[in-house]
Amino acid sequence: MNELLRIENLHVSAGGRELLHGVDLTVRTGEAHVIMGVNGAGKSTLLHAVMGNPAYTVTEGRIYFNGEDITDLSVDKRARLGIFLSFQSPISVAGISVENFIRTAKTAVSGQQQRLFPFKRLLKTRMEALDMDPSYASRYLNEGFSGGERKKNEILQMRVLDPKLAMLDETDSGLDVDAVRTVAKNISEFHNEGNALLLITHLNQLIRYIRPDHVHILIGGRIVKEGGPELADEVEANGFDAYRNAAGEA
Amino acid sequence: MAEERKKSRIDDVARSIYDVKDAVEYAYKTESGLTEEIVREISAQKEEPDWMLEKRLAALRLYQQMDIAPWMPDISELDMTHIDTYVRPKTDMKARWEDLPENIRDTFDRLGIPEAEKKSLAGVGAQYDSEVVYHNVQEEMEKQGVIYVDFETAVKQYPELVKPYFGRLIAPNYHKFAALHYAVWSGGSFVYVPKGVDVKMPLQSYFRLNAPGAGQFEHTLIIVEEGANCHFIEGCSAPRYNVANLHAGAVELFVKKGATLRYSTIENWSKNMYNLNTKRALVEEDGHMIWVSGSFGSHTSCLYPDTVLKGDRSTCDFTGITFAGKGQFLDTGSKVECWGRDTHVSIHSKSISKGGGAAIYRGVVHIGPKAAGAKGAISCESLMLDNESRSDTIPDIIIENDNIDLGHEAKIGRIPDEDIYYLMSRGLSEEEAKAMLVRGFAEPISKALPLEYAVEMNRLIDLEFEGSIG
Repeated sequence: MNELLRIENLHVSAGGRELLHGVDLTVRTGEAHVIMGVNGAGKSTLLHAVMGNPAYTVTEGRIYFNGEDITDLSVDKRARLGIFLSFQSPISVAGISVENFIRTAKTAVSGQQQRLFPFKRLLKTRMEALDMDPSYASRYLNEGFSGGERKKNEILQMRVLDPKLAMLDETDSGLDVDAVRTVAKNISEFHNEGNALLLITHLNQLIRYIRPDHVHILIGGRIVKEGGPELADEVEANGFDAYRNAAGEA
Repeated sequence: MAEERKKSRIDDVARSIYDVKDAVEYAYKTESGLTEEIVREISAQKEEPDWMLEKRLAALRLYQQMDIAPWMPDISELDMTHIDTYVRPKTDMKARWEDLPENIRDTFDRLGIPEAEKKSLAGVGAQYDSEVVYHNVQEEMEKQGVIYVDFETAVKQYPELVKPYFGRLIAPNYHKFAALHYAVWSGGSFVYVPKGVDVKMPLQSYFRLNAPGAGQFEHTLIIVEEGANCHFIEGCSAPRYNVANLHAGAVELFVKKGATLRYSTIENWSKNMYNLNTKRALVEEDGHMIWVSGSFGSHTSCLYPDTVLKGDRSTCDFTGITFAGKGQFLDTGSKVECWGRDTHVSIHSKSISKGGGAAIYRGVVHIGPKAAGAKGAISCESLMLDNESRSDTIPDIIIENDNIDLGHEAKIGRIPDEDIYYLMSRGLSEEEAKAMLVRGFAEPISKALPLEYAVEMNRLIDLEFEGSIG
């Protein structure tokens, strides 16, 4: 399998503080990776650094995507290479409909004009799969959406944009039991031999659906343990204490 | 890739089609500057009745005496001695499109007027330079008794309708440029909607300037009789020139008892234009005045549509957006005077400034001593896209009656970086992301416009961002 994402010795700072202290991670096409860790461990920072959020500065190390060094690439160019991030707290935009937004985004990432009716059909199919009311297509982007609806809207975008690497930042939080199942089903339907997943989650329910190939435990800005799906079970049973100690934290 | 995409976009109307400058032979052109002789010539050329010439000359005397209002933006670059006040294209009024001279027809083709015609919109009055050259009123409207003609025709054919209303709402002494307007007015629209008539299709008018140094002083007079209903759309686009240009039109609107008038404007003057336009509406009891106003162009604008809520229970609803880019000083707003009882005022203003442009909201709500029960809400939202741009809100509220309920809110902000980041993470470039967020901000206005104008407005916003970064 191809090497899709390679992160080498990544150091990331924000607001004058270093949040990641040398992270190495490789994701191959067809794989699913899960990152676990306590709050504030730097999990979201890692995903935002890969996406290129200008609020985070890479002070050392490189990020490669499909062999290309993307460390200094702008956010939109990364998106057009096939990198997608499902935000933990997606913003809302008044005056722009969900359909208009996703159609514009699809045009941007695919480089192809999206014809109106085929696009409407695609969107409708994807919304039905997510149990989303079709009226949401004409609503303003995330305006008045509940936390759960916003998360579904992120997964909707992932499915329509069809990225090569989908990074999901706690997409399952804020969802009720049924919604977790629906979202998990959509994620596993999306995942195939031609793409890869990089998830942050606290929930084993999602992990059971996705069956990750690799689990990474991130504590204090460092990956302290890596393993297969059994590692997630162990964390669920015992918590992060053992790894906190390993990272030299109280 | 990006280039290909641009070509296939349905709403991709290049700005250049609005910047077309045709070689026009002028049949008649006055000396630069303004004298009594010029005013007499204008009047003679139009074969006007004496009463109109008298009004012109009286206005000219006022113009020569009056000073420019001290609060006005700087217009010192505007040299009146170099403004041709009257330029007439070499064509007489034509009723049929096919009969127009080819180069003028070509310009209008590019502005999309035949398309509007095909869509059987109610009527198109297109102003080419200072003279209306093409005008058409659909038969069914004539059957309803609706009059929609250019202003010169109205003066000659309907003096009994024009004379009592002309200059009544905007007096020549209203301000210096109103005086100028009455001295040299040329072209414009006259609309009369008889009692109880509902004009289903919006009446549209295109204004265009096409001569270096040519001023434009069109007069618009609309009378909507009792219980009648009308929507008038004023769209302006002009080619670019280096010589300072002045627009000092006047719009007088009479909304009678129980009548409704919606007046929409998308203004996109070239960036050297001084747009010192005056608009005023008088609303009788139970009448409704609705303004939708988009100001994008011009070098300097002073535009504050004024609504007099004379009748009891009359209402005014103003929705406006102003977009000031590099080198632009757009001083816009709204004035409402409440005289009757239980009036209602709603003012919703949005402004965007970027590239060092200045967008000023200047407004007055004056609730008179007899206007008990007045209710109103004023909101002003400003978006500044960079640190060099300017946005001011100057809301003046004068209240002379205790029994009223008026709220005012003002917000000035920027586009949050995280919003731009979110949109860019979906593949939009920084320019596209900002343009989309601004389009969203402007959406309450575009929603209030007919589709083709909304498309044009969104296109204008996109153009402001193309190639603006990096």
